[in-house]
Amino acid sequence: MMTIQDEVGVLTLAGIAGVALVFLYVIHGATRKADAARVEARAGAIRKWFFLGLLVLGAGVTAATLAPFPIPDQQASAGTRHVVDVVGHQWGWRLPPGPIEAGIPVEFRVTSADVNHGFGLYDSSGRLLAQTQAMPGVTNRLVYTFARPGRYRVLCLEYCGLVHYGMSAEIVVSAAGGARP
Amino acid sequence: MSTRYPAGETLTRGERRALNLYLVSGLLLFILLMSFGLTMRLAQSAWIDITPNHFYQIMTAHGAGMVGTVGLASSAVMWFFLRKYVRLSLPVFVANYACFMLGAALLLGATFVGRFGGAWTFLYPLPVHSMGVWSAGAAAVFMVGYLVMGLGFLLFYLDAMRAIVRVYGNLGRALGLQWLFRGTVDPSHPATVVASTMVIIVNSLGILGGAVVLVMSLVNAYASEFVLDALFAKNLTYFFGHVFVNSSIYMAVIGVYELLPRYTGRPWSMSRPFLWAWAANTVLVLIVYPHHLLMDFAMPRWAMVIGQIASYGEGLPVFAATAYLVLTNVHRSGLRWRMPIVLIVLAIFGWSAGIVPAIIDGTISVNRVMHNTLWVPGHFHFYLLLGVLPMLLAFMYHLIGGRADEPISRGDELGLTAYLVGGLTFVGMFLAGGHASEPRRYAVHFAEWRPYDQVASIAAVLVIAAMLLFAARIARGLLRAPAELR
Repeated sequence: MMTIQDEVGVLTLAGIAGVALVFLYVIHGATRKADAARVEARAGAIRKWFFLGLLVLGAGVTAATLAPFPIPDQQASAGTRHVVDVVGHQWGWRLPPGPIEAGIPVEFRVTSADVNHGFGLYDSSGRLLAQTQAMPGVTNRLVYTFARPGRYRVLCLEYCGLVHYGMSAEIVVSAAGGARP
Repeated sequence: MSTRYPAGETLTRGERRALNLYLVSGLLLFILLMSFGLTMRLAQSAWIDITPNHFYQIMTAHGAGMVGTVGLASSAVMWFFLRKYVRLSLPVFVANYACFMLGAALLLGATFVGRFGGAWTFLYPLPVHSMGVWSAGAAAVFMVGYLVMGLGFLLFYLDAMRAIVRVYGNLGRALGLQWLFRGTVDPSHPATVVASTMVIIVNSLGILGGAVVLVMSLVNAYASEFVLDALFAKNLTYFFGHVFVNSSIYMAVIGVYELLPRYTGRPWSMSRPFLWAWAANTVLVLIVYPHHLLMDFAMPRWAMVIGQIASYGEGLPVFAATAYLVLTNVHRSGLRWRMPIVLIVLAIFGWSAGIVPAIIDGTISVNRVMHNTLWVPGHFHFYLLLGVLPMLLAFMYHLIGGRADEPISRGDELGLTAYLVGGLTFVGMFLAGGHASEPRRYAVHFAEWRPYDQVASIAAVLVIAAMLLFAARIARGLLRAPAELR
C-alpha cells in the first residue's frame, strides 16, 4: 500500500520529469532559428491554457485538501478521545506511562518546558506518521488513531540544541482490550 | 560597444573595484560554506568524526552564511543593472559590503569562538537556552552580527528607493501599477526597475521584522524577566527568513531579464501580465510565510489556509511568468550556446523543478509527514543550488566575457557537467531522505539513513570541484577587467 510519502515522491518525480522534458525540448530546438513573431504567437496561445490549467489545478487541489480541514479543532473538547499529555524538554520527552490502545483516537496535548521541539510520531519501520510542534507556552493538540498495536517511536523534529538528534521516546500501543504487543 | 555590453553598464574604476569585492568575496564564501555543507554530510555518513557541538556550529555558520552570501551576491546583480536607470550611491553600495563583512565576522566569531550553534533561524528561546553549550554573550554577538548585516542591506534598499522615487515619482509608478487596469504599457519600462522596487518594498519590511525579533531576543538575553511569546517570535523569524531568501532570488533574476535577449537575440518588452505578476507577488511574498508554521496547530486556521493557498499562488505569477518568458525566448532563437545562456537555462530549470517539491510540501496534509524532514533542505537546495547560484554565475560569466564571443571551453564544459550531475544527485539524496522520513538537522544519522548521506557526500565533492573551476575562471576574468566594462 502506498503511503503519503510514496504518493508525494511519485508526484514530485512526475512533476520534475515534466519540467525537464519541456526544457529538453526547448534546448533541443534552441540553435535553430524560427520567426520570433510566430514563436511568440504560438507561445501566447499555449500560455493562456497553461495558466488556466494551473489555476484550475491549484483551486482543485486546495478544495480537495482543505475540506475537511486536516488539523484538528484546537478548541474542541476531547470527547471520547484518549488524552495524552506530552512535554518536550532538552533533551527528552515526558509521556505518561499509561496504556494506549489501537483503534481509539488519541489526543496528544503537546507543549515544551524550554525551547521549541517537534513531536514526530514514527512507526516501527521508521516512517513518520504525524507531527506537531512542541512550543513553550503553547499547547498543540494532535489527534492520531493507531491502526495497529506495536512499538512506536517519538523523534524530535525541531532543532533544539546539542542533543536534538538523540531526543527520542517510545510509545507502546496495545491491541483493543489492553493486550500488549 | 557591443549590444551585449551597452554603454550604460560601463563601470568606473571605483565601481569595478566595489563590484569585484562583492563577487570575489561571494565566490570565496560560497566555496567555504559549501565545504561546511560537505563536512556535515560526511559526518552524517559516518565517514568523518566530528562532535555534535562542532556539527551544529558548522550547521549554523553554513545556514546563516549561505543566506547572507546569496543576498550579498544578488544585491550586486541588482546594483549593476539598476544603476543604468537610476543614480545609485557608490558609498552606500560599499557601506553595504562593509556591514556584511563586519556582520559575517561577528557571526563566525560567535559560532567558532563562542560555540554558538542555535541555527540560522535562531528560534527563540534557543539562543539563550543552550544548556551551557554556549553563553548568552555568544548568542548576543551572533544576533548583533545579523543586525549589522541587516543594516547594510537596509541602507542599500533605502538608497535604491530614493533613487527610484527621484526618477519615477513613487514606488507604485516604478512597479507599473498605473498600467494594471488601463492605459498603454510603456514597452521600454525596465523589468529591472519593477523587480528592484518589489524587492525594496518587501525586503525592507522583512529585514525590519527580523530586526524586531532580534532586538527583543537581545533584550531577553540580558533581562530574562522580559519574556517573548514564542509563537509570535517564530512568526517574525519566518517572516524575515522567507522574505529575505525570496528577495535574493528576485534580485538575481534581474540578471536573467537583462541578459536573456542579449544571448538569444530576441528582445522582449514590458507587458501587462508581467506587471501583474510582480504586483501580485509583492503581496503574496509578504503573506505566504505561515506555510513554515503549518505544524504549529495553535496558529489561527485562516493563517494556515493563507499559507497553503499563497504557497500555490506565489509560484504562479513571477516564477511561471519568468520560466515561460525564458523558454519562449530561447525556443528556436538560433542562439549559440555560451556560458551565460547555458547557466540561465539551467537556473530557470532548477528554479522551476525545485518549486515542485516545495509547493507539494506547502499542502497542509502533506506537511504533516514531510515538515522538518530532509524534504525541506531538499527543495530549498534544489532552487538555490541549481536555480539562484547558476543565475549569479551567469551574471559573472557575462561580466568576464569578451567581444570575441568565445565558445564554451572544455574546462567549463567539464564544470557544467559536474555541477549538474553533482547538484541533481545532491538534492535528490535530500529528497530521498525526506521520503524516508529522516529528520533534518541530526548530527548523527541512523545506519539505515547513511547510504543517502554517502551518495550526497560524493555529489557534494563534484559540486565543489565544479564551483572551484568556475570561481577560478571568473575571479581571473574579473581581476583582469574586460575592456567592455572599463
